[in-house]
Amino acid sequence: MADRAGAVSEREQKILGIIETARGKRAKFRDSRITMAHGAGGKATQTLIEGLLAPAFASDVLNEMADAGAVQTGGVELAMTTDSYVVKPLRFPGGSIGELAVNGTVNDLAVSGARPLALSLSLILEEGLPADELRAEVEAIARTARAADVQIITGDTKVVERGHADGMYVCTTGIGRRDPRARLSPAALRPGDRILLSGSIGEHGTAIMLARNEFELDADIESDTRSLWPVVDALLDVAGPDIRCLRDATRGGVASVLNELARASSVAMIVREGAVPVAPEVAGAAEILGIDPMYVANEGKLVAFVAPDAADRALDALRRVPGCAAAAEIGEVRTEPPGMVLVETSFGGRRVMDQLVGDPLPRIC
Amino acid sequence: MRFVDEFRDAELGRAVAGQILSLVEPGRHYKLMEVCGGHTHSIYKYGIDDLLPANVELVHGPGCPVCVIPMGRVDDGIAIAHEDGVIFTCFGDMMRVPGANGSLLDAKAAGADIRMVYSPLDAMRIAKQNPDREVVFFAIGFETTAPSTALTLKRARTEGLRNFSVMCSHVTIVPPLRALLESPDLRLDGFIGPGHVSTVVGARPFEFIPADYGKPIVIAGFEPLDVLQSVEMILRQLAAGRCEVENQYKRVVPYEGNLRALEVMAEVFELRPHFEWRGLGFISHSGLKLSADYAELDAEVRFSIPGVRVADPKACQCGEVLKGVIKPWECKVFGTACTPERPIGTCMVSSEGACAAYYNYGRFAREREVV
Repeated sequence: MADRAGAVSEREQKILGIIETARGKRAKFRDSRITMAHGAGGKATQTLIEGLLAPAFASDVLNEMADAGAVQTGGVELAMTTDSYVVKPLRFPGGSIGELAVNGTVNDLAVSGARPLALSLSLILEEGLPADELRAEVEAIARTARAADVQIITGDTKVVERGHADGMYVCTTGIGRRDPRARLSPAALRPGDRILLSGSIGEHGTAIMLARNEFELDADIESDTRSLWPVVDALLDVAGPDIRCLRDATRGGVASVLNELARASSVAMIVREGAVPVAPEVAGAAEILGIDPMYVANEGKLVAFVAPDAADRALDALRRVPGCAAAAEIGEVRTEPPGMVLVETSFGGRRVMDQLVGDPLPRIC
Repeated sequence: MRFVDEFRDAELGRAVAGQILSLVEPGRHYKLMEVCGGHTHSIYKYGIDDLLPANVELVHGPGCPVCVIPMGRVDDGIAIAHEDGVIFTCFGDMMRVPGANGSLLDAKAAGADIRMVYSPLDAMRIAKQNPDREVVFFAIGFETTAPSTALTLKRARTEGLRNFSVMCSHVTIVPPLRALLESPDLRLDGFIGPGHVSTVVGARPFEFIPADYGKPIVIAGFEPLDVLQSVEMILRQLAAGRCEVENQYKRVVPYEGNLRALEVMAEVFELRPHFEWRGLGFISHSGLKLSADYAELDAEVRFSIPGVRVADPKACQCGEVLKGVIKPWECKVFGTACTPERPIGTCMVSSEGACAAYYNYGRFAREREVV
């Protein structure tokens, strides 16, 4: 590439090599206090998980770092996952905290290849919360659980003093049954695999940001919260063992999913920016706010890594699922440089798409 | 998106790249400085380097508002933020800039009430909502953001808002450019001029660059096609032996600037005798403070601040990076001790900083074919 301005000297290459070695080392948790960045789903979150939590609870299941852990019992394979919801505001266009609390946990099971069966529900309520608001959320939870075909089978309630919990926090734990068609693993990606996206991105995060009214910006954008099990079911149906891995692109967006898996599988990825579906309203809002939709949270979109031969039929099947007409192939898995995600920009250049640093959008889920 | 997508058209980009190729003399090396951090960001984000011939080199300049804030100034902000009853407000990037003992983000985690805002008006709104608290806005930026601070101050005074003040760290673009041009260790062929700043100051203040230093400057927009076209315009001047101020960003920048904004700035601010720039040291008449008329809204008057000058960490080479003397990766701590998640220098903090742009977007983008 010596004919390009960007061509890189041997010395620069060497320095980049040193940097990659430094990045490849297990993250150490050295911060003296928790900052909002530790919750943003980017590098600081990774440091917290890999540097403090994972070493303390190390086990083969946990080390997989999947969205749900596996438990074997009497020949049945179960998956279990848990999540807390602290979104602000509680209600926003397209959904509410109750819907997120069901769909979010259902989706972590679904993308682990497990059919969601049941949820626990834990409510932390702030003193003074209007009963009508609580009632509305309880109804939303019930309605969403019915739609996702899961039962709420146990629960807990706590109340904390005024000034805590911003109205309410919700925690759900889900169990599901592993689907025998699924052979999913974050380490299963192979060069040549295609990267599919189940629809247009950035809607949930953008809807929340606008709902906070901090920008005096108005746009018709709704959260995409939904159960992803029908999407997973359709994919497993046409391409079961050829689906290498699935991830729902929540906090940190599609970019974070791609980076996590590039590292987990020690592969490179190339994404074609022009192929990524983004609704014009989201693209417009992101432009004004100076954020990249690739890093914005979704609550009803998944990324599928599919063996090359099965990619076309998987994409066809995806597009036939209601609500997934915009599904697209956005890139593919390559060999070099391992652990890196690169973007071919629509303008014809190329750049790195790194993990998120810092905290552009606090409390979106 | 209308009025945006047109300026990201790959086909037009290739056409301009072709023009550029036809303008460069083989064997001659061209070193052009993009003054503004917004341009640095665009160049890396869109991979614009990939479309330029090898002998056209883009050098990153000092125009990143967060990058030029010295450590002592961050410490002053933190000191105010820790005062009883204070709500300290600032732009998001500013929160991660390290001072001598941590950043505003660290101070927030340690209990100070520090809030991110998107404009000075947001800060003023917080002041109205919290009449029993003192709300301070940490104002940074070049002439681009200074008018909005000035208007906010005018409004605060008109409304008689008593619990609002501004810690003014606004800077001006011409003095550091002159300092750069005087610097013996830098040889430049031309400048990509700052588009946003010029919407306020116009193109006229840059006339000294061709007049006194014999270099062309083209005021440019921030879309990839804008940047490419400005490179073409500079090369065209060089090829024809011309050297003047040209305006590529005419759709936004009037040659005389925004007179109304300049008036408001002149009313609210006055020049400091000198101001310290991160890595560049003290530069005369390069910083703004509130004028005597607005002293009651000046946080530096209302609070006692340490005002201590803190030397940059020894290993940090932000100054050389800001002057375009070294490339980000040539800094001794780049990417190892200094990373976006744990920055030592300011250039690694802001998305407009050369180091952060190179680290986040530029690494590995070109040097190896992806197999």
